[in-house]
Amino acid sequence: MPLLEIQGLNKAFGGLRAINGLELHVDEGEVVSVIGPNGAGKTTFFNLVTGMETPDEGSIVFDGQNVVGLRPNQILKLGMARTFQNVRLFPAMTVLENVMVGQHSRTKAGLFGAIFKTPSQRREEAEIEERAKEVLSFFGTRLAGYRHDQLSMVLSYANRRRLEIARAMATGPRLLLLDEPTAGMNPRETIELTELIGRLRSERGYTIVLIEHDMQVVRNVSDRVVVLDHGVKLTEGSYDEVSTNEKVIEAYLGRPAELGA
Amino acid sequence: MSQVMDPPAPVEVELRPAPHLDMRRAVKLGLAGGAAMVLVAATGIVATFQPRMVIDPILPLGIFFLYLLAFAFGWMAGQPPATLEGYEPATAGSRNVLAGALAGLLAGLCLGLLLIVITVFDLRGVFINLSPELADILGFGLPVAAAVPVIAVASAAMGALGAAVHLLSRRVRRALMGALTAVIVFSLLTDLFGQLFSGLSLESVIDFLYTGRGGALTIIGAVAVFGAFILLFWWMEGRDSTLRQRVQAMPRGQRSRWQIGTALIILVVLYFVPRIMGPFVSQILVTAGIYLLMALGLNIVVGYAGLLDLGYVAFFAVGAYATAILTSPQSPAFDPQISVLASLPFVMVAATVAGILVATPVIRMRGDYLAIVTLGFGEIARILLNSEWLAPIFGGAQGITNIPDLQIGPLTFSTPQDYFYPVFLFVLLAAYVTFAVQKSRWGRAWMAMREDESVAEAMGVNIVTAKLSAFVVGAILASFGGALFAAQIGSVFPHTFDIVVSITVLVIIIVGGMGSVPGVTLGALVLIVLPNLLREFSEYQFLFYGVLLIVMMLKRPEGFIPSKRRAQELHTEELSQDAWLEIYGEKGQAEQVPEGAV
Amino acid sequence: MTQAATVEARPARRASRITPVSVFLWGLRIVVLVVILYGSYLSISSGRLSAAQWRDLAVFGISTGSMYALIALGYTMVYGVLRFINFAHGEVFMVGGMMAFYVANALAVTPLWTSSPAVSLLIVLVAAMFTSTAVAVIVERIAYRPLRGAPRLIPLITSIGASFTIQYLVRGLLGPATKSFPRMEPLRGTFEFGGFVILKTQLVVIVAALLMMLGLYLFVERTRTGKSMRAVAEDPETAALMGINVDRTIVSVFAIGGAMAGVAGALWGLVFPSINFFSGFLPGIKAFTSAVLGGIGNIVGAMLGGVSLGIFESVGPSLVLAGYEIPAFSQLKDVVAYAALVLVLIFRPTGILGERLAQERT
Repeated sequence: MPLLEIQGLNKAFGGLRAINGLELHVDEGEVVSVIGPNGAGKTTFFNLVTGMETPDEGSIVFDGQNVVGLRPNQILKLGMARTFQNVRLFPAMTVLENVMVGQHSRTKAGLFGAIFKTPSQRREEAEIEERAKEVLSFFGTRLAGYRHDQLSMVLSYANRRRLEIARAMATGPRLLLLDEPTAGMNPRETIELTELIGRLRSERGYTIVLIEHDMQVVRNVSDRVVVLDHGVKLTEGSYDEVSTNEKVIEAYLGRPAELGA
Repeated sequence: MSQVMDPPAPVEVELRPAPHLDMRRAVKLGLAGGAAMVLVAATGIVATFQPRMVIDPILPLGIFFLYLLAFAFGWMAGQPPATLEGYEPATAGSRNVLAGALAGLLAGLCLGLLLIVITVFDLRGVFINLSPELADILGFGLPVAAAVPVIAVASAAMGALGAAVHLLSRRVRRALMGALTAVIVFSLLTDLFGQLFSGLSLESVIDFLYTGRGGALTIIGAVAVFGAFILLFWWMEGRDSTLRQRVQAMPRGQRSRWQIGTALIILVVLYFVPRIMGPFVSQILVTAGIYLLMALGLNIVVGYAGLLDLGYVAFFAVGAYATAILTSPQSPAFDPQISVLASLPFVMVAATVAGILVATPVIRMRGDYLAIVTLGFGEIARILLNSEWLAPIFGGAQGITNIPDLQIGPLTFSTPQDYFYPVFLFVLLAAYVTFAVQKSRWGRAWMAMREDESVAEAMGVNIVTAKLSAFVVGAILASFGGALFAAQIGSVFPHTFDIVVSITVLVIIIVGGMGSVPGVTLGALVLIVLPNLLREFSEYQFLFYGVLLIVMMLKRPEGFIPSKRRAQELHTEELSQDAWLEIYGEKGQAEQVPEGAV
Repeated sequence: MTQAATVEARPARRASRITPVSVFLWGLRIVVLVVILYGSYLSISSGRLSAAQWRDLAVFGISTGSMYALIALGYTMVYGVLRFINFAHGEVFMVGGMMAFYVANALAVTPLWTSSPAVSLLIVLVAAMFTSTAVAVIVERIAYRPLRGAPRLIPLITSIGASFTIQYLVRGLLGPATKSFPRMEPLRGTFEFGGFVILKTQLVVIVAALLMMLGLYLFVERTRTGKSMRAVAEDPETAALMGINVDRTIVSVFAIGGAMAGVAGALWGLVFPSINFFSGFLPGIKAFTSAVLGGIGNIVGAMLGGVSLGIFESVGPSLVLAGYEIPAFSQLKDVVAYAALVLVLIFRPTGILGERLAQERT
């Protein structure tokens, strides 16, 4: 049974059909790239899957459970976490705090514990901090040491993208949805992030769906590629199959050289 | 991996000359200052302040305040422009003083114009304060033809002086401004200091400094205070920051002993405060303490969770009326007449229920609508408490009286001095809760929600629970304030619980510094203690609030003593530069810079 | 491999959305509805008030509502363009009213007052409009423009500060005493047509308000300034790219809103003969309620909302509350207005005519 299965998904904004009968599935342990021209509905697709928007019709089944209509925090608890196209960190919170917040749904200390400093609360706080540091260590020295106490708003662009991924990791998901993780990065950073995505699967066991525009990344990282256009799945398959598909080339229209490289 | 990267070598660049001081800006400031002075005179502030002397017998408060404005606008006009990258830093010179004088002159001319208008026309049918008495004050008793040039010159002089401050070295400037502020403080707070010295049995000091108990500073007294504080600030220069650095540099154990020691000393001093300061000042401190308690509660709702509650007074009323109903024999509906202390758990329950009732409908509402709805709730509460319809429960416009005093074991608290201690205790409690919550799971959840609600929800925060809990915590703290208030005053009346209270609490946390306990404390002291001590100010209290809010929002929205992150939040442009400095430090050495760091 | 994307869409199975919050809200809806309907039934069946009295209440409501509508226009336009609630707008109205008071009293001792009431009224109106416009523009320039990009909480707090400042400046300058408007002889008494009896003053208020609103509507729809206002409300960045001077447009918005509030201030004197420095607070809140009621950002909505609120507030206590034999129910008139505000914002923040701005963008 696939980890995530989407059937008959529809979403319209006013007169615009953003998602039009989308069917998609993701198996556990896969890395799936979702590509498509701008306006194809990729980010809307993420929004629908994570509960930030509600579909008009269709089903989204995660691990056997239909999540349509659930609130985003409930969906997160089930095991789906995401990053955002334009990085949305908590700017006035430190790097460490951003990652600690991610663990909110996996922890349970309440206000009572915080005020009366019960041993279980103190223990849990220490654990939260430990786990946050552990997650951040995944990124090597990039987000280590002195960076922990820096406000996230002072980080460089690439580091903010990494922090967002760290925050999503801290929520303890099974499925990671990364929205254009390499957007705006220079070639060296892009290569580093591509390796990172591979390690996310191999070391941490996440299933990953990513929206990407950079075809090098797509080729290097994906098990399978899904092409979206006008809110519907155009085709799917391996990178080679998809990149030579006529319909796909037509949809992108004007960039055949990049796809064939 | 642990290579140390040197900062890039400074490039030799020829700096361009500093930009000229903008005289047009001085003109604009002069006119603005003139408008300010005219308004201050026309609203009656000058006339109301005039009878009080700053320094007896030469400096009445009305004139002083007026020309202080000229000084302030001159200061602004003479301010050297900020140093831009690639330019030489601007140095203050005669041109700055000229700018200040120009601003002052223009302001003075506006005031002179007002004087002419008052003398020629009788506008008291419209502007009630433009009386011959005001003309007399403004004109220093001189005939108009002589007065106007005097005003212009005096104002220009004050403006020039204000600008001249920029010419002084930092150390001199700090000492001078500090000493002047001290003189003003000693003069205006004569009642406070009179009470202090009297309580310490130092009456002779009063006679030396002041003309009498509650009187103005004598000339000798003013000179003495000025001199003493000049010396103090001169000596302190550099020493206070080195002291702070020395404390920070101490090893953990020593530092906490230092902090505990300081805390103990403060506590001991505070113990004696009500005894020394007497009932009048203690009452003011009790009121300030209750407002501070509420401010700490609202701090959590607004400062941490980001929910602008303009109807906060409703929770204050819940606490006050709950205590009143449960403890007073005059309670109309039913009078269990339990003790005030015993009523506190019920107050908590009532506050929790009220918090949930208010929060639930507004959960999915966006910020500004939330503000208005809570405002509506607050007003509805007040009207209902006042209504004849609900008078059988709440006593209507007559309220509920005969609320007993607070009793804890053998101790009975009846006088304002007595109540200082329980109020202070509750404030400490609220401050502790504030700190405890900050570094906790829910504190982070609230902050995340405040930063970006939809993302917080996507990261697992249950927004409903988060908002409810923030409201409830805020409600409980406010209701404690209400309970103490009811017990201390002994009665509750509906007209006390109006929107002004909510706005005052909001102003305290905004002006003092949202999210920071010391800031909020300062805010409460300034906004509650000062108007109560300075009776002349109390009539124009809300005018000052309004202007203060506008000025703070324009210049320093994070408040006077902001929490560090708040200040950073609101001044992001300066931050990237600081980040570089943090990494490379003053000496250009990095702690741990990863390879290829960006 | 390519697949044709031809699958029928299956209807969404929404997970049940029965949360404690939704239960609470539904309960609240039912309680409010029952309270209103039952109370109305009791009041009407008890026959306490005659049809003529109901009609009088309604007409009174329409006339006060027209003034709320005029003030509401300022709120709704500023919110549409700048997305913040201008707390100080109630004070803009009050200032106009104050000016109207002084001018009216000055004119009342001249022969012009009795010989040509229309001209007198017009002079009063223009003076009030001018004053309110000036204050609105000044506040925008000093307090709001520097804060254009700031997080939304800050301009809101600034506007609270501006509100207090104006109130207490007026109090200081003009004194705390309540001022009363002079009576206008030709406007005494009632006007009858087709069995309808209406106070002349109320008629003037309603007609004047209608004319101003019509004028504003045409202005916004037909003129260039009006068009730039709508453009800036929609998307200020794009409007700027199209060559629209955003700053000047915003000033126009404040100016026109201020002018409308000034008219309301002048008309206020006809219906409620007294005014003081605090008179802007309640009408300000009620006008904001009207703006939201009609759909914030929507000009026609503000007009509808204002009149509706006027009627609710006027008829409401007698209709709903009197039925329950609540003593001194007229005390609770303002509760009706506040309750309307709260209920509208909770249950239909988009208002009667709806607006796109109600939800935060995700």
